[in-house]
Amino acid sequence: MEFKDYYKVMGVARDATEAEIKQAYRKLARKYHPDVSKEKDAEARFKEVGEAYEVLKSPEKRAAYDQLGQNYRAGEEFRPPPNWDSGFEFSGAGPGDSSYSDFFDALFGAQARAGAQRGGFRAGRGEDHHAKVMLDLEASLHGGARTFTLRMPELDEHGRLITKERTLNVQVPKGILQGQHIRLTGQGARDADDGKPGDLFIEVEFQPHALYQVDGRDLSLQLPVAPWEAALGATVKTPTPTGMVDLKIPPASHAGSKLRLRGRGIPASQPGDFYVVLEIALPPANDDKARSAYAALAAALPFNPRASLGA
Amino acid sequence: MSPANDHALQGTLFDDTAVLSLEDLSNMCAVDEQHIVRFVEEGILNVVGVRRTEWHFSGAALRRARIAVRLERDLELNLAGVALALDLLEELERLRRELRAGR
Repeated sequence: MEFKDYYKVMGVARDATEAEIKQAYRKLARKYHPDVSKEKDAEARFKEVGEAYEVLKSPEKRAAYDQLGQNYRAGEEFRPPPNWDSGFEFSGAGPGDSSYSDFFDALFGAQARAGAQRGGFRAGRGEDHHAKVMLDLEASLHGGARTFTLRMPELDEHGRLITKERTLNVQVPKGILQGQHIRLTGQGARDADDGKPGDLFIEVEFQPHALYQVDGRDLSLQLPVAPWEAALGATVKTPTPTGMVDLKIPPASHAGSKLRLRGRGIPASQPGDFYVVLEIALPPANDDKARSAYAALAAALPFNPRASLGA
Repeated sequence: MSPANDHALQGTLFDDTAVLSLEDLSNMCAVDEQHIVRFVEEGILNVVGVRRTEWHFSGAALRRARIAVRLERDLELNLAGVALALDLLEELERLRRELRAGR
């Protein structure tokens, strides 16, 4: 097990005051909160910071940690001496559903985490689980079974925290949207007292799609067209969620023109729409033939693209 | 695509047609009912129904309420701060979507 330098994690000096530690925590928590942050590894960093704060904000835990930490540096192999924590009394209180490192558990034991519920926050029936999963857009468009691997922190028979992996095959309801939840009855944790299982709530998030952007139930596609297709109108092959279609581009279209295919978005009783947004793709002018074609166009068309700039 | 699978677990979907009672929502967020009531009073959650016993919420409230609980607990925000953060997060999501669509 590696020694964790909680002062380093929080970026504070070893003699930092309580106020400084609290300030550092607030700052880091806002930076790495998984609901707010777009940082990579935000969730892992948030947990690390939460764990460090859990120790450093409590005078008893901090004193115990300091005494122990005198001889260690971050990353060093660490083995707690027997009965090292005698004489310290811990009253556990921490973020309800976060799982702390082995290092934390070795120091303060799982009991410091157990019952770690703060005023006003209760553990429901103590047995529901929540998980977030990444889902391909196709699952929502067509429905179908998907397999998810979930990692669940659990306490083993010695009260130690372990991470269990389990694989669930779930029927994804057609038309599910980002941020919606699926409840799987009886797939939560078993209640310690009566053995009744709780529920598992899965929140879905769409993986970025290669072609389509998602906005609620609506989908959109950036469709490249040639300048003459936009200018003269054309019928072009276009991918849609229900397959290739022939799409009519009206004459005098321009970059950013939006064409709507009603009801071809994410399915529902009132399905979303499918938007095609035109992009003008210019043919490369990399040979004499292309260059003379552009020159002929320039000669034939008096055109100032910067007229609106007064230039 | 994948056909319906006999071995796959069937779940309940909480979409915008879902109807959650105050008790449902507080259980799902692992907080007291009073906690959800305060979210409603702060305008964090929309509610249908006049009296508390008739209150119900849509499926979308579930995500919003759970984020609100986490922000309040983890960042020690007060309710006005939670409400502001949620609104700004929503705006940020919308702008990011527009940015992706217009790339």
